[in-house]
Amino acid sequence: MAHKSETQATRRRWLLLSPAMFILLFAASGPLLIVVIYSFLTAGDYGGVVWSFSTDAWFNVVVERDFFDDTLSFSDAHLSIFWRSVKLSLMTTFVAFIVGFPTAYFIATRPKNSRDIWMLLIMIPFWTNLLIRTFAVMEIIRNEGVVNSVLVGLGIIDQPIQMLFTEFAITLGMFYVYLPLMVLPIYASMERFDFSLVEAAYDLYASRWRVLRRVIFPIVKPGVIAGSILVFVPSLGAYVTPRVLGGGKHLMLGNLIELQFGQGRNWPLGAALSITLLAIVMIALIFYVRSAGREEMSHG
Amino acid sequence: MIEISGLTKTFGAGASAFLALDDINVEIRQNEFFTLLGPSGCGKTTLLRSIAGFVDPTSGSLTIEGQDVLALPPYARPVNTVFQNYALFPHMTVAENIGFGLEMQDRPKAEIKSVVDDMLELVQMTAMADRMTSQISGGQQQRVALARALAPKPKVLLLDEPLSALDFKLRKEMQIELKRLQSETGITFVFVTHDQEEALTMSDRIAVMSAGRILQIGGPKDIYDHPAERFVADFIGDTNFLDARIESVEGDTALLKLGSGNTIAARAVQGGATSGAVTLAVRPEHTTLTKDSALIDGVLENIVYFGTDTHYHVTLNGGGSFVVRKQNQPNIPEAFSIGEMVGVQFNAGVGQVLRD
Repeated sequence: MAHKSETQATRRRWLLLSPAMFILLFAASGPLLIVVIYSFLTAGDYGGVVWSFSTDAWFNVVVERDFFDDTLSFSDAHLSIFWRSVKLSLMTTFVAFIVGFPTAYFIATRPKNSRDIWMLLIMIPFWTNLLIRTFAVMEIIRNEGVVNSVLVGLGIIDQPIQMLFTEFAITLGMFYVYLPLMVLPIYASMERFDFSLVEAAYDLYASRWRVLRRVIFPIVKPGVIAGSILVFVPSLGAYVTPRVLGGGKHLMLGNLIELQFGQGRNWPLGAALSITLLAIVMIALIFYVRSAGREEMSHG
Repeated sequence: MIEISGLTKTFGAGASAFLALDDINVEIRQNEFFTLLGPSGCGKTTLLRSIAGFVDPTSGSLTIEGQDVLALPPYARPVNTVFQNYALFPHMTVAENIGFGLEMQDRPKAEIKSVVDDMLELVQMTAMADRMTSQISGGQQQRVALARALAPKPKVLLLDEPLSALDFKLRKEMQIELKRLQSETGITFVFVTHDQEEALTMSDRIAVMSAGRILQIGGPKDIYDHPAERFVADFIGDTNFLDARIESVEGDTALLKLGSGNTIAARAVQGGATSGAVTLAVRPEHTTLTKDSALIDGVLENIVYFGTDTHYHVTLNGGGSFVVRKQNQPNIPEAFSIGEMVGVQFNAGVGQVLRD
């Protein structure tokens, strides 16, 4: 009897799992598999793929074949785009942390009933359409925009500062868009933080700065790690923000991939670049989690 | 050592204002085990937190060794606190917790290590030095919290009900342990508790607090034998209250006429009434029950056996109830039975006249 009900329970568990398994199999793994397969095929003349095996796409991720004499050289264009993507994503993550950490601290130290209101204020922009938010940033920083108009109007500058279509604009846009993703997990761990530890540290001669660095930060670090990952990963693959605020001059990986599937008509290269992006994210994550985890271990 | 005068703290403002400390005046001496005793909400923790620097008093002065500390933040005061919930740092080992205060004072590494080793030994936690604080028991966490607060050798150690989370046996052990640590380190301890027994067994002096005021300061025996106010007599130990009239007062002895018509000498209270109706406090164990008519008479209502002693509940002839406590002896059968007419006897000078 017991054995039979056990198999029944197992069966029911699998039944309950099946929607999740279905999505994982067909909506996540399936398309990924198609992308992997496409990256090893030959590009069709008008987009699409020709079903013959080729590793050209993977070569072209980092290497260029000269049009005239067939010599190979590193693809500067691709490498600079890789570098820019990583650089801007790191900067976005860093700035989001610098702004997000005090924000989360501020909210977590408010009285309990007003915390929800503060969190709502953080979340409202997040529920607004990405494109609209990006255009809002554009409106603020463009040459005839709010910031430049005010500065010129006040006579602080003669010529508007070129902010739009720069890497600064892209970083600012991504920071603005992804900030809630940094605040949320830090707030979640900050809310559970026992503030009597702060009193204990004050009592033991720790200054404010040292309380923050030695007591608060190490304990809410899991939230900081989660927030950093949540900001860094989508920044690396960002498409809309660099497109609108970078003005097509400062491509990031997302734009490069789109280009291959669109005007470039090189689907295999686009597929190979997508896999490369995925690999960069994975490697970055492994490094990050490892180093954060090791520090944790050294305490134990 | 610590001199507090006119210290007042009001929380909130206007109609909802709450007077947590009401004109506190006390001097805590060097190398003293000083206890703040009172029920929850009496202001004892607020007073402790004022000394630590976590509460900013509304008015009054507070000096430690002559230095005014009210303007100083907690990290600049020569005091350390053992918190009620211990507040150990969960991301540090036992040894790192103990060394934290020294580290924050930027002491040399070698000195920190040797002090931490000494402290580990002092609280018998050497074997646990590298454990995380989540991996040790409540009693051990208590020891670590003590060691952490003692390590920087503060002038004053503040203890906020540190034993309340421990079970009975462990609490008894830690009471003795705390006394030992206090005499070994020579540091002034200011101890907050609502447990009268804890206060009586450990303290050099006790300040009994109620509603933001200090009602009485004195040694444990002084407080127990000679409570000055009804609240103190009631809060510490069990007490019988008798209505009486003062016949005469001479020095610290008052001659009282009891409801039964008999007169008895009792200890007068300083600054109390010298005539008229007063309340006399008599401890149950300072009285004896008799078969014959005595100082006061009544009917035996109930006999409650407690193992170490027996409580006799007597309803007095003039109204009111009275408890007599008798130490138990083996092989002696119970001499009294419920419903019997009994007398209650106590000696001259045993009772204490209260300041009403």
